[in-house]
Amino acid sequence: MKPVMQMFAAAAATVAFSTSVFAAPSAEAPDALVKRISAEVIDSVKADKDIQGGNRNKIMELVNSKILPYVDAPKMTQQAAGRHWRTATPEQQQKLTQEFRTLLVYTYAGALSTIKNETVEFKPMRSSPADTDVEVRSQVNVSRGEPITLNYRLSKGDQGWKIYDVNVLGAWLVETYKSTFNSEISKSGIDGLIKRLADRNAQLASKPLAAPAK
Amino acid sequence: MNYTVTLSRLRACAAAVAVLGLSGCATTANNPQDPLEGYNRAVFSFNDAVDRTVLKPTATAYKKVVPGFAQTGVNNFFGNLSDAWSSVNNLLQGKGEDGATDFGRFALNSTFGIFGLLDIASEAGMPKHNEDFGQTLGKWGVPSGPYLMLPLLGPSTVRDTAALPADFAGDVWKYKEPTNWRNIGAGVRVVDKRASLLDASSLMEEAALDRYEFLRDGYLQRRQSQVYDGDVPRQADDADAGDANSQVVPQPVSPDKK
Repeated sequence: MKPVMQMFAAAAATVAFSTSVFAAPSAEAPDALVKRISAEVIDSVKADKDIQGGNRNKIMELVNSKILPYVDAPKMTQQAAGRHWRTATPEQQQKLTQEFRTLLVYTYAGALSTIKNETVEFKPMRSSPADTDVEVRSQVNVSRGEPITLNYRLSKGDQGWKIYDVNVLGAWLVETYKSTFNSEISKSGIDGLIKRLADRNAQLASKPLAAPAK
Repeated sequence: MNYTVTLSRLRACAAAVAVLGLSGCATTANNPQDPLEGYNRAVFSFNDAVDRTVLKPTATAYKKVVPGFAQTGVNNFFGNLSDAWSSVNNLLQGKGEDGATDFGRFALNSTFGIFGLLDIASEAGMPKHNEDFGQTLGKWGVPSGPYLMLPLLGPSTVRDTAALPADFAGDVWKYKEPTNWRNIGAGVRVVDKRASLLDASSLMEEAALDRYEFLRDGYLQRRQSQVYDGDVPRQADDADAGDANSQVVPQPVSPDKK
């Protein structure tokens, strides 16, 4: 590389390095992060008649833009796959992650389309500032019945805090999928599982989202 | 329809299912929490068929047709009755404050809430708890034991099934006379419960690759969470997952070293 280019590269690297160093302390706390994206998503759903009418594309777009950047899909998939993860090729791992993530997006979008006038209440976080793996606890207050527990597990990576597990009504998502993944992989291998997920996603894509019942 | 006739029909159904289920027992159980998987799957198919043909359509129609305030009234009424039993269980678990709150809810809603039709206790800030005798046993240290799918009653565990007679005894509505009112009420309660689970069940249809497994694993975790009131001690997470079937619930009482 020519000396000028080298200097340029060094300068750019220094700027990048210092920006990231300075950016780190102002990284959002995990509970603030979850509160923020939670509020953004709920407000968007409540304000948008299209979404409430069941416009799938809009909901998917909302999930993809507001939530997915903060979800660690590879980690989720790895944990759900358990010991089978190590036996998968990098290509299989990538495909599996992709399909699992898509399934979760469809499922989450389905849940979002049923929001009417629920409110979310966050509970105080029980962890120390030095923790890199925390649990954020909240509950959704619904009009009928007891509140629905909704907890998140986040871990801190080099790109900040990311969600790697969600708990609804006491059941952790990763744990619930673990045994399905395990039996599917035992039956038809990782490719069989990938195919099964892909088929399900194709099925969900063609199914119209039900408009919420009154 | 009289109560004893229904009961004997129920027993006949259960017997039929048991026979069907035993034939499925040849399947190798590969989940330590579900050694009775063959039987459970058979009962699950049965329950699913009943749900699809009878319960879900009824609940869907109920949700669509019955006016909102009436549905809320029904929900509140039966919720109020269950607060009485929750209170007893909270006290049995040593949770005095929660027990007192539930009793307070029951007293307030039964009187000023017009026999429980209005839930003014919730508006007054008294949280609702959902305790049953199975959770009490769990709190006392009884492990849940294997997963057990009950005919018509749905998912349960060995411990919680053993606790059912206590729950039936503690069910205030059971003592309602005359019998037809009691049965009608019991029917309405079931439909109301199913109606409140309609959204959750459609979500499960979409999310689950295998509905039986999804229901089982979700249910067992939820049950554990209920016993611990949301504060389940976290297991050492298998980061590289040495064992794909990591235990979430405690080991069964009698380890099956067959």
